[in-house]
Amino acid sequence: MEDRAAGQRVHDFFEVSSGLSPDEALFEAERCLQCKKPKCVNGCPVGIDIPSFIAEIALGNFRKAAEIIKADNMLPAICGRVCPQETQCEGQCVLSGKEKPISIGSLERFIADWERAHGTSVPDSQPPTGRHVAVIGSGPAGLTAAAELSRLGHRVTLFESLHEAGGVLMYGIPEFRLPKEIVRAEVEQVLAMGVEIRLNHLAGRSITVPELMKFDAVFLATGAGLPNFMGIPGEQLNGVYSANEFLTRVNFMHADQFPGYDTPVKRGSRVVVAGGGNVAMDAARVARRLGAKVTLVYRRREEDLPARANEVIHAREEGVEILSCANPIRIVGGTCVTGVECVRMEMCALDETGRPSARPLDGMTFTIDADMFIEAVGQGPNPLLISEIKGIEREKAGNVAVDAEGRTSVPRIFAAGDVATGAATVILAMGTAKEAARSIDRMLKEE
Amino acid sequence: MWVFAPHVAHHAKAGQFLIVRVNESGERIPLTISAVDGDAVRIIFMAVGKTTELLSSLRPGDMIRDIAGPLGRPSEIATYGTCVIIGGGVGIASAPIIAKAAKAAGNYVIGIIGARNSGLLILEDEMRACCDELFVATDDGSKGIHGFAADVLKAEMEKRTIDCVWIIGPAIMMKVTSGVTKKSNIKTFVSLNPIMVDGTGMCGSCRVQVAGRTRFACVDGPEFDAHQVDFDLLMQRGRTYQPEEHEALEHYHEHSCSCKGGI
Repeated sequence: MEDRAAGQRVHDFFEVSSGLSPDEALFEAERCLQCKKPKCVNGCPVGIDIPSFIAEIALGNFRKAAEIIKADNMLPAICGRVCPQETQCEGQCVLSGKEKPISIGSLERFIADWERAHGTSVPDSQPPTGRHVAVIGSGPAGLTAAAELSRLGHRVTLFESLHEAGGVLMYGIPEFRLPKEIVRAEVEQVLAMGVEIRLNHLAGRSITVPELMKFDAVFLATGAGLPNFMGIPGEQLNGVYSANEFLTRVNFMHADQFPGYDTPVKRGSRVVVAGGGNVAMDAARVARRLGAKVTLVYRRREEDLPARANEVIHAREEGVEILSCANPIRIVGGTCVTGVECVRMEMCALDETGRPSARPLDGMTFTIDADMFIEAVGQGPNPLLISEIKGIEREKAGNVAVDAEGRTSVPRIFAAGDVATGAATVILAMGTAKEAARSIDRMLKEE
Repeated sequence: MWVFAPHVAHHAKAGQFLIVRVNESGERIPLTISAVDGDAVRIIFMAVGKTTELLSSLRPGDMIRDIAGPLGRPSEIATYGTCVIIGGGVGIASAPIIAKAAKAAGNYVIGIIGARNSGLLILEDEMRACCDELFVATDDGSKGIHGFAADVLKAEMEKRTIDCVWIIGPAIMMKVTSGVTKKSNIKTFVSLNPIMVDGTGMCGSCRVQVAGRTRFACVDGPEFDAHQVDFDLLMQRGRTYQPEEHEALEHYHEHSCSCKGGI
C-alpha cells in the first residue's frame, strides 16, 4: 500500500492511498502475534476484538473478519481511515518497540472495503421492544447509537438538520481522507437495520423539546459544530472563514466544482490557516487542492501539533508550510484580507497534557501576505437545542454534563459524542455513544 | 409560492425563516416564512440570482429537493402599544405575518410598505387587511406617497407616539430607516439576511456585528436591535460572492433551456 505521489494528490480529491491489496492484508495479518492478553483491544474506544478479526484475515476468511468487527463497530470503513491509531490500538501493539506495529487501521479498512465490494449483510436485531428512541444528530455518535439501539430491538428515529446524514463525516472531513460514498454506504447500513431518518429537521425548531419528550428516551448526539473565532481585529473582512464554513462549502456543498454546483467558495492564492488539529490540516490541504500556497500557523511547537501524525506528514508532503510557535493577532485589509499579522510565541512550563503553554513575545511580530484566512481553532457544542431543555446541566466549556453511563441531569435524556465530551475524535464519540445506548436499553428494559 | 412542508409549517412563527435547496447541485439559501396555512408555508422571492430564477421556473406539483426549518428566533412579539411594520421591496414578504402577530398581541398596528415602483409592490391587500392603517410609498411616485418608507415613518412619528418598529428590507433601506427612530430611541427591530450556508449555527458565514459583538444571524437572529447593527459591514460581507453570483447566473442561462424548466 503506497501513498499516491503528493504532486498528483494536490490536483484532485481522491484518497491518499488505495488501501491494502488482499496479499498485503494476508501478509500484515500473519505478522500479528495473537497476544493472549491483547493490549490493542484496550486501546480501542469501542473494544473491537482485534486479534480475532486479524486471525480470520490470516486464514482468508474476510467475511468472518467483517462480522467480528461489526459486532463492535458499525462504521469500520470510516474508522479504518480516520482513527488516530498511533495513539490507540497501534500505539498499544507489543510490536511497537521492536518492529513496526501491526497496521490495524489499514486491516480494518481493508475488511470494510472488501465487504462493501462483496455485499454487506445486515446484523441480526433482537425482537422489537415496542419502545421508541429519538436520536438527535446523524454524525458518528448518532449513527452508532441508532445502530446499537436498533440492534437491541428498539425503534429509532434519527433527526438530522442538514440535507444528508453523516454530520461531521460529511461536512467536515474532506473527500481525500474519507470518500463520501463510503459514509453514504455506512449510513445505508444503519438505515437498513430499520432506523428511520428525518432530514432537514433541526431539533429544537422543526421538532420541539416537548415533542421529543414524548419518545421513550432522547439521545443527544449534536456534536461540536459551533466554530470558535479568535476574536482578533479584522475577523469580519471578506476572505475570513471558519474552517467549518470553508470545509462545509467544499465537502458538503461541492464548491470546488462551482459553477457546476451552485455554492461558491473563494479560491485564495495565499492562504493562512490558524490551528494545529485535524480540522486545521484538512482546511490547509483543501486550500492547497484549490490552488493556493498555504501556510499553517500554530502557536505551540511542531511536536505539540494535536493532529494525527499521518495528516501532518501528508499536509507537509503536499506543500503546506507549517509555521510553529506563532499566533495570528490581526487580519490586515480594507474590505478583503491582504495579510495576517502574527506574533512569535515563547514556550513556557508544561501543563498537565505535557504541552507547554505559549506566551506571545512582545514586539516580535511579522506579517504574512495572504488573501484568505481560515480559523481552525476549535469548536464547541451548538447551544441551540441544549438551551431549550429546561434544567439540563452543562459544564464550563458548554458541553452537556453526563455520568459514566451517558445520563444527563434530565430524566430520559442521554448524551454522547462531542456534545458531551467536547470536540474529540470520531471513535471516542462512537465509544461513548455505544455506552449511552446500552444504558438507554437497560433503562427501557427494566421499566 | 406555497410549498408543502409540514415540519416547517407546524412550528413556524412570525420572523422565522427556512432554507431551501432546489436540487441536488443547488445552493442552500435562506428565505423568510411569509405565511403559514396548514401543512404549507409561503415563500416570496425576487428572481435575481441562479437559485431564485430556478425556483421561479418551478410549476405547481414540482418538487423542491430540501426545505429545512423553521430557523432563527421568532420576532419578539409583545404588547408595546403602537407598532409600525415597515416592509421594503421583497422584504414586504415578512411584513404581514409580523403585523398579524403584533395585532393579535393587542397592539395598534400601522403598516408601511415601499418599493421602487408600483410594479414591485406586493401584498398590499393582505397588509391592508391586517393593519389598522396602511401607508404605501414608491420611490418614483407611481403609487401612493412619492418617497421612501423612511419619509412616511418620520411624518408619522411627528404626529403620534410610536412604541415599536419593525423594518424588513434591503440592508441600505434598513440602515436609513432605522436612523429615523434612533434619535427618539424607539425600540426598532431589523431582520438581517446575510449569506448563510447551513442556517443552524455551524459555519459562521452569517456573522454580523451587533453592539460590537459577533453574532450569528441564523441562530441569534435574524432580528436584532436596529440601532446596534453594523449595516456597512453587513453590506460589505453581502458582496463577498458578487463575481461568483454573476458567474453562476450566466452559467445557468447558458446551460438551461426553458423547455426543461431550467433544471
